[in-house]
Amino acid sequence: MAKLNLLLLAVLVACALGLVTSQHKGRKLFSELERERDRARELDIEYGRLQLEASTWGLHSRVERIAAGTLGLRTPDPRTVRLVGRESGR
Amino acid sequence: MTGAVGAAAQGLVRLPVWRARFVLAALLAGFSALVLRALYLQAVKTDFLQEKGDARYSRLLEVPATRGRVFDRNGEALAVSTPVKSIWAIPQDVALKPAQKRKLAALLGITTSELDKKLADPSRDFVYLKRQLPPDTAEAVIELGLPGIYDQREFRRYYPAGEVTAHLIGFTGVDDTGQEGVELAHQDSLGGRAGSRRVIKDRLGRIVEDVESIRAAQDGKDLTLAIDSKIQNVAYNALKGAVAANRAKAGAIIALDVRTGEVLALANVPSFNPNNRTRLSGAQLRNRVITDLFEPGSTLKPFTIALALESGKVTPHTTIPTAPGRLTIGKYTIRDVHPASTLTVAQVIQKSSNVGAARIALSMPREAMWDFFHAVGFGSVPQLGFPGAAAGKLRPYHTWKPVEQATMSYGHGISLSLIQLARAYTVFATDGELVPLTLVKSDAVATGERVVSPQTARAVRAMLESAVQPGGTGPRARIMGWRVAGKTGTAHKQENGGYAAQKYIASFVGLAPVSSPRVVIAVMIDEPAPPHYYGGEVAAPVFSQVMQGALRLLGVPHDAPLEPLEPPSGAEAAGEST
Repeated sequence: MAKLNLLLLAVLVACALGLVTSQHKGRKLFSELERERDRARELDIEYGRLQLEASTWGLHSRVERIAAGTLGLRTPDPRTVRLVGRESGR
Repeated sequence: MTGAVGAAAQGLVRLPVWRARFVLAALLAGFSALVLRALYLQAVKTDFLQEKGDARYSRLLEVPATRGRVFDRNGEALAVSTPVKSIWAIPQDVALKPAQKRKLAALLGITTSELDKKLADPSRDFVYLKRQLPPDTAEAVIELGLPGIYDQREFRRYYPAGEVTAHLIGFTGVDDTGQEGVELAHQDSLGGRAGSRRVIKDRLGRIVEDVESIRAAQDGKDLTLAIDSKIQNVAYNALKGAVAANRAKAGAIIALDVRTGEVLALANVPSFNPNNRTRLSGAQLRNRVITDLFEPGSTLKPFTIALALESGKVTPHTTIPTAPGRLTIGKYTIRDVHPASTLTVAQVIQKSSNVGAARIALSMPREAMWDFFHAVGFGSVPQLGFPGAAAGKLRPYHTWKPVEQATMSYGHGISLSLIQLARAYTVFATDGELVPLTLVKSDAVATGERVVSPQTARAVRAMLESAVQPGGTGPRARIMGWRVAGKTGTAHKQENGGYAAQKYIASFVGLAPVSSPRVVIAVMIDEPAPPHYYGGEVAAPVFSQVMQGALRLLGVPHDAPLEPLEPPSGAEAAGEST
């Protein structure tokens, strides 16, 4: 009888330790998940900011100004342009 | 006695029975007190205690939702929310030394007296000192470590295209909800819903466990609009240039893709910068394309002619007597700028003859005219889902007097928005179908509603093409390489119930390429300064510029020889009185 009790006690202690460990692991993983979620959010915000920046640098008025002013580009004469494509076939 | 002596000898003392009972009773009383207390705590006060317990480690977290972004058809960002910080204070807790005050005011970009004013009322326990600061400035403020001053994360909306797309996109208020334009129209899908959840935090403030999600946060959905920001830019700049060159009060332009019914560009002048709305006037905010009404003038004549052709009363070659360039109905006289004795139906459009249009209109029942105007969308709100879209004024036909029926044939006595006018022209661009419009990108070919027969639509399109040839009213609308068709309009402005003598609205509506129309553009210039106020002089060049840009950007094949256009022979031909 006493032997069985001792055995059960040992099992109980093992289970308790197991529970504590798994709980601890769970919490660790959870905080990691939380960190990653935060990072995802930060990255999304950063992405938005970069989109904003890309749009601002790529403003058509700015592109046009630089193309026409600094680079001296101009719209080609339509007569020198040949359109190719499925529809035109020319 | 021996018993007692025996017991005493063994060290035993017989105690009185009551003592044992007393101890038992005392223990019983003690236990029942405990049981009652436990019952009281477990059953009666459990909620309160549970709450107190939770408050030690569980926290309710707000989960912020971001507002959806707005893109143009090519994925270029037109509106993006990005986090900023607001600085707030509890006035009672704030104690500032003069040096600290100066430093804080400088960081916040306000004067010290303004700061004092904000902190003056100690009864308030929440005062915004400055909203929407860049995150690094806000951090610098918090790093000062002043008591009673805190920061709070918020979102601010940025519009990279600024004034170019201002009227279409609209803007959001300081709390990131839509107030105008698309931002307001699509508030439900763009605006996210902040959620909240309960978590357990440890001593260091780290989240260790998710207890429950009370409400899941829902980020706003991104929105892709139909507009092409390149065409939009061309349109805005051309319009701005024309309004400045003609010293006009305002202008508006809209470009439509005929196949899909998408709005490719929509611009207004004067405009405003949606990123900085500190000084806004009503005139800047007005969306003249969608929410403002005007009398269209001659740009409405093609509809009168289309109805006449459709009813079989005339053919393009039927001659209409227009001598002597005047038509008197009751006490009103309708005049032509270029009096002619007779004109064919096609020439009525080409020369923009009011008398001709009026005579044709008077030969038809007013009910048919009303039906047709109604069928092309005049007098009913366009289904755009845009806030404040105007329906226009098309009075019931039984109230029309003959003179009104005559003037309506050339666009007076009826008012509509520029978008209604542009949409109605899709009838001539699609061989007779009225195309439903959309501000949101759609790849599907729009299914129109048939309004006139293909023959009629093509005949009117041919007349519209002749109107932009030399000899018509709008030769300045032509583009090298593409065939263009369109109609000019020069309407007297309505003022105080009558027509102002020297105030005009110049307009032009047209389509291209004629062989297989792809784009419809409508331009309206409000009060161009004389001497140049005709639609053919003021609005047609804008149309030409924007149409050329749009066709080039859309890669539409040429359908006309690439030869330089002969310049129009003076301003003479552009003349028209409506």
